[in-house]
Amino acid sequence: MAASTSEIFQLRVESDVVQARQLVRKKSIEIGLSLVDQTKIITAASELARNTVIYGKGGTMEISIIEQNSRKGLRLVFEDQGPGIPDIALALSDGYTSGSGMGLGLGGAKRLANEFEISSTPGEGTRIMIARWK
Amino acid sequence: MDRIPILRMGDFLLVTIQVDMHDRLAMTLQEDLTNKISETEARGVLIDISSLEIVDSFIGRMVSNISAMSKVLDAVTVIVGMQPAVAITLVELGLSLPGVRTALDVERGMALLQGSQRNFAIDNEEIIDGSQHE
Repeated sequence: MAASTSEIFQLRVESDVVQARQLVRKKSIEIGLSLVDQTKIITAASELARNTVIYGKGGTMEISIIEQNSRKGLRLVFEDQGPGIPDIALALSDGYTSGSGMGLGLGGAKRLANEFEISSTPGEGTRIMIARWK
Repeated sequence: MDRIPILRMGDFLLVTIQVDMHDRLAMTLQEDLTNKISETEARGVLIDISSLEIVDSFIGRMVSNISAMSKVLDAVTVIVGMQPAVAITLVELGLSLPGVRTALDVERGMALLQGSQRNFAIDNEEIIDGSQHE
């Protein structure tokens, strides 16, 4: 899997979430994702970007256009140096929330992506990767 | 700070969301709408989301909240114009918006509000009639 272009986007404040959504939209149009696939990856990005800002106390989103066997895709990596997630399985289950959300963010983002990877160390931070293929 | 305008038309309030909302803007709309319902004694609220390209768990929660709050304030809320790709994504995300009334477009939404208004008038008439006959 080759990443042709990569960009790092800072997620510090709430309004960065809107900017992140717009950037993901732009890139998903660029690689020709269908409208439904665009909507799915933008929605997943919105959930994860918000988590990074609110729970991760800020971080970054790396956005890359990827290619495998001439198939294009979009890969997003959210990273923060926040408090981390002590119980990932619990955090992924629907209805679980440590804040004011609906508890659908992580599990929902996983369902909306073709690929999902999460690693987190309490006290060190969280890294989440999602990808959507054309 | 920017705000989403709320228009009054007779007994109803109309809101058209035309911007990609950041979380605080959504919260402000929720507060503004509940205040306006009580201020104007509105019987119904119509929210047009046809310009919204995504509805994530935060916006979904706001929509559910507005519906629940307006119900407590004796007004009916109808959400109209959801894009098909948004509906698909929303359900996959895990949000089915229970208790939220929806219509395909503004026209049907207004008909729904007027219908519930008429039923209310009939109910009242029956109560008055009933007391006269006794």
